[in-house]
Amino acid sequence: MPLSQDEVRRIAQLARLTLSAEEERLFAPQLSAILEYVALLDELELEGVEPMTHALASGEAIPLREDLVRPSLEVEEALANAPAREGACFKVPRIIE
Amino acid sequence: MSPRPSFELSLIELSRRLEARDISSREVTGALLDRIERWDKKLGAFLLVTGERALKDAEAADARARRGERRGPLDGVPIALKDIFLTRGIPTTAGSRILQGFIPPYDAAVVERLASAGAVLLGKLNMDEFAMGSSNENSAYFPCRNPWDLSRTPGGSSGGSAAAVAARLAFGALGTDTGGSVREPAAFCGVVGLKPTYGRVSRYGVIAFASSLDQVGPLARNVEDAAAILEVVAGRDERDMTSSTRAVEPYRTQLEGGARGLRIGVAREWLEAGVEPGVQRRVREALSTYEKMGAALVDVSLPHTKYGIAAYYLIAPAEASSNLARYDGVRYGLRSKGDQGLRDMYGETRRQGFGPEPKRRIMLGTYALSAGYYDAYYLRAQKVRTLLRRDFDRAFERCDVVAGPVAPTVAFRLGEKVNDPLTMYLADVFTVTCNLAALPGLSLPCGLHPSERLPVGLQLIGRPFDEATLFRAGRALERELGELPAPPGLSDEVP
Repeated sequence: MPLSQDEVRRIAQLARLTLSAEEERLFAPQLSAILEYVALLDELELEGVEPMTHALASGEAIPLREDLVRPSLEVEEALANAPAREGACFKVPRIIE
Repeated sequence: MSPRPSFELSLIELSRRLEARDISSREVTGALLDRIERWDKKLGAFLLVTGERALKDAEAADARARRGERRGPLDGVPIALKDIFLTRGIPTTAGSRILQGFIPPYDAAVVERLASAGAVLLGKLNMDEFAMGSSNENSAYFPCRNPWDLSRTPGGSSGGSAAAVAARLAFGALGTDTGGSVREPAAFCGVVGLKPTYGRVSRYGVIAFASSLDQVGPLARNVEDAAAILEVVAGRDERDMTSSTRAVEPYRTQLEGGARGLRIGVAREWLEAGVEPGVQRRVREALSTYEKMGAALVDVSLPHTKYGIAAYYLIAPAEASSNLARYDGVRYGLRSKGDQGLRDMYGETRRQGFGPEPKRRIMLGTYALSAGYYDAYYLRAQKVRTLLRRDFDRAFERCDVVAGPVAPTVAFRLGEKVNDPLTMYLADVFTVTCNLAALPGLSLPCGLHPSERLPVGLQLIGRPFDEATLFRAGRALERELGELPAPPGLSDEVP
């Protein structure tokens, strides 16, 4: 099932990824080839097979920790890598026009 | 004859000499930093060398040794980390431009554990961007090269980790393995690499790629060194809720159990067409060696092997597309100017910040998870995981470990596969099954390729949490075959 460049553009929008025209041209056949390959799974009869929904071996139960208040990152540490900030907040471009 | 230079020692040999105070950590750390300075320009294993920090760590370790307070085998031992582990105050990039300049505010759990054990941090190692790749060519900074042949890749994604250990620039390293990213580079560079059972090592503070597959594993010059590192980093950590509560076994005390009585499963599907003849020959010889040592070879079948890559390249990109959504230019990392508000800023930041491979996988994963496709792709792939796991469960009724090649070829040349992502993906055929089935897998050298003189790796896969048997079996072969020599060209001259 080959992907068209329009579909590639639509997926990129869903992924919040701006692609150049060249990337769109490149990805359409590359992604199509990969999708064609994974269609190999279609030959398997999977009716009634349980999906492996978590990877922990042999259904091991993982205990939940107690729900306690603990120290977390200081505000200044959390903001230290921010590309833009204002006061104790991350600053982003305008959201509402 | 001059004494062996310190960098030629194994981790455990070095540790004994540090204990005996025949050598200081300061001295050996300084020697390695000189060696990195001298060789790494050619090799490209390190993205960052933390020389000052290393010397400080080393002096503290020497002070402990003088007081008779060494903290165990890793105390004072210089090691290095794939640049996917968060290190407080030390830049961490995951090999990506989008994290250029990011300085983590906390340490990964394994970094804490290594520091408590007294290990000396030499620096952060090169990798494929966000651990996506099998050649290290997807590093956004520079490629890493194979110390056995600088025109070849070291494998990936933990290529820097394998190259640094093979080139004697570190006594051990940590990598991560989502579909073979510890084992394949270990095989290509001729070192030992382990992907532990899912849940064995905490991923807290490890930059996430595909959360149902990611595990942290050691790379080292020999089996005992790898076991020593795993003993330190493994174990329950409540900050990673998938980390297991099972006690960590003392692997090193069980190492010398030998191969007698061991039942080794040989999967027909793993030695069939597709494995390059020289690789096949070394793997078959390793199996015969096991037989000579008193192990029994048992035929097993892993009929779903051929579906592994397809399942993997749905699950891993799907989870990656979700994990990489956090790189949005708001809280850390790169932010590009988007002229048209927030969405434009997201799109531009991610366009400029991600390289081609993460973009491809984000696209693939977004598609596979998008409305109407979940059942056809992700869910089907999760069912295939169940079938793969059943293949192994059935095999382990008849054997203790499953053996086969790590990769179908030896290290390939830089540029050879870079324009053909699907061909690159197919090189993971023998490693991904282990991640999909959540099992432990050991990669260990089984000689040099008969004509290419490059390392060949044998893979041993074990039952869940049975790393002890993998180490024991690996050690038995290593003792019989002897360790590989250092790669030619990097070991001849003492800096």
